[in-house]
Amino acid sequence: MRQREALYAWLFLLPNLLGFMAFTLLPVLASLVLAFSAWDLFSAPRFVGLENFHDLIGLQARPEQAFASIGFVAIGMIVFAVGLFLYRRTRKQPEGEVVSRGWWPVLSIVLGLIGFGVLSVCVLNAYEPRTPRFWYYLYNTAFLMLGLPVSIIGSLFLACLLNRRLFARNFFRLIFFLPSVVTGVGIYILWSWIFNPNFGLLNMFIWQVFGIEGPRWLESTAWAKPALVLMNIWGTMGGMGMVLYLAALQSVNPELYEAADLDGASPWHRFWHIIWPLVYPTTFFIAIMGVIAGFQGGFDAAYVMTQGGPAGSTTTLNYFIYETGFNFFYMGRASAASWIMFLIVMAFTLAMWWHGNKKVH
Amino acid sequence: MIQSDRPISAINDPAVRLREGAKRTVVWLMLLGVGLIMMYPLLWMFGTSVKTVDPQLIEQFGHDVTIFPTDHNILGNLFPEKWHWRNYLTIFDRVPFARYYLNSILIAAVATISNLVTCSLAAYAFARLQFKGRDALFICYLGTLMIPSTVTLIPTFILFSRIGLVDTYWAMMLPSMFSAYGTFMLRQFFLTLPRELEEAAVIDGCGLFRIYRSIVLPLSTSALATLAIFIFLGNWGGLLTPLVMVSSEQIKPLPLGLLSFTDEYTADWPLMMAASILSILPVIVVFLFGQRFLIAGIRLGAVKG
Repeated sequence: MRQREALYAWLFLLPNLLGFMAFTLLPVLASLVLAFSAWDLFSAPRFVGLENFHDLIGLQARPEQAFASIGFVAIGMIVFAVGLFLYRRTRKQPEGEVVSRGWWPVLSIVLGLIGFGVLSVCVLNAYEPRTPRFWYYLYNTAFLMLGLPVSIIGSLFLACLLNRRLFARNFFRLIFFLPSVVTGVGIYILWSWIFNPNFGLLNMFIWQVFGIEGPRWLESTAWAKPALVLMNIWGTMGGMGMVLYLAALQSVNPELYEAADLDGASPWHRFWHIIWPLVYPTTFFIAIMGVIAGFQGGFDAAYVMTQGGPAGSTTTLNYFIYETGFNFFYMGRASAASWIMFLIVMAFTLAMWWHGNKKVH
Repeated sequence: MIQSDRPISAINDPAVRLREGAKRTVVWLMLLGVGLIMMYPLLWMFGTSVKTVDPQLIEQFGHDVTIFPTDHNILGNLFPEKWHWRNYLTIFDRVPFARYYLNSILIAAVATISNLVTCSLAAYAFARLQFKGRDALFICYLGTLMIPSTVTLIPTFILFSRIGLVDTYWAMMLPSMFSAYGTFMLRQFFLTLPRELEEAAVIDGCGLFRIYRSIVLPLSTSALATLAIFIFLGNWGGLLTPLVMVSSEQIKPLPLGLLSFTDEYTADWPLMMAASILSILPVIVVFLFGQRFLIAGIRLGAVKG
């Protein structure tokens, strides 16, 4: 009986498992091997060790240093340590309850970032990246995530507005949700038309309302990224985030609000002390998912709207991998870059699990 | 800001009711404003798609039907006075648009149906059957969930080019016929089903496949619908895979078709908008009919995280 069950189990698994082996497991392993080799598809692949990674994210010593940095290293380390110390202290709270944390964690994070910044400046003072372009593309990828806080706040705002009995409530929810569903080439073509500098919707709007000429958007190195950020905000504000916030708000016990009302809490107070702590896990989840998607994204939009330009200003990590692999046939280097992307994404995913598990305790 | 469940005593107080009413109206107007702003790009898309750049038509019907207006009035210029519906037919004359469309439908349909079959079979094995190495294999599946698709793209392309399947339907279909995510999602759902029915069926001498088909699947229609919608939406608009795998005109799906279209008719925005609208139409239809499942699926995904 046992054996029969196991046999059935493998039969049930077979179709999925074959596909899983052939198109997930095998490619992942192959990609790992490729990341350590140089291959142009035509000649024989050659093992090169860490060279691909070194080329992409490696540093080299600068010929001359601008200023002595031992003191700065010390300052950076001290500030970073103070930030870390404060952060650890704020985590030691009485167990079980949702505690309002005040400004201490913010201060500790700011201190940590400052210390980290000073340290990075010290490192950058002594060393320079071997391939500045790659760092520039990483910067582009991060820049395109700037819309994330805006769309998260927007999602929460819309969810708060929608969380009550209202005329045509479902209709509004449908309308807000629609932009996040309709993605793809068609929508990117639409946005290149909207960003058209002469007759596009956006610049016509700017002219009509402010009476000034708008920027050249996708044609300008300065405005191409903000344009894509704007488009991303439109596409994510009413999507997953709003749905999750709405679910979180609906699960709040109405008695909590009543109690707050009886205590005479102002709306601002109520938001900050009841709603914000309650939706905090949701916010965290949405933010991390946004960052994970952000690091993997940007290819479709860049390919359709800007071809990664002007001057590489909208080339993201994903676009760089495509270009390196399928335009220049550096299969090894493209694989190495995709593994860098994987490691970044994995770091954020693990951070989420770690944080989530801590929340449960 | 939030729900207006006041203490009972306050409900009959006219001042409170007036304030509630005013608040509700303000909120409603805000929603309307945001909704209009978010819908405007799509309305603009539709408006552009019924305009024209044909000089003869512009001469005939006036400057109003063009996409190059003389005044910068985004409200007045939304729709032309004379709607030029012909754009929607012209697309089909200029490029094999119907072909692109059918290709896309074929690819998305094959992906959806085969995912439902392969994922539900595997999920049933993971959720209910005992076999050696089950948990290790499941963890293996879980671990691949966070691997970006870009990582597997290059080796998959090399694999297909070695076995001569590049530039065929298979190159686009085969990798999308199963998903670790779908297996995971359905397994979690199957675990929530009551075991009693299945146990009774086993006692009655029912085979495992029949249990799967006649008990588990009928109980899981909502989860299957959710998965189907996710897979369909995920396979409809993707650009990267077809871009890498396909070059022949006959098997191009819509995203690639739209791109070759835009290359040829660069400044003809009305035509491009009409083509784009047709390309997102199935998405809108699926969304309208399946939004309940879509939203349920998003909530399920959050629980997993």
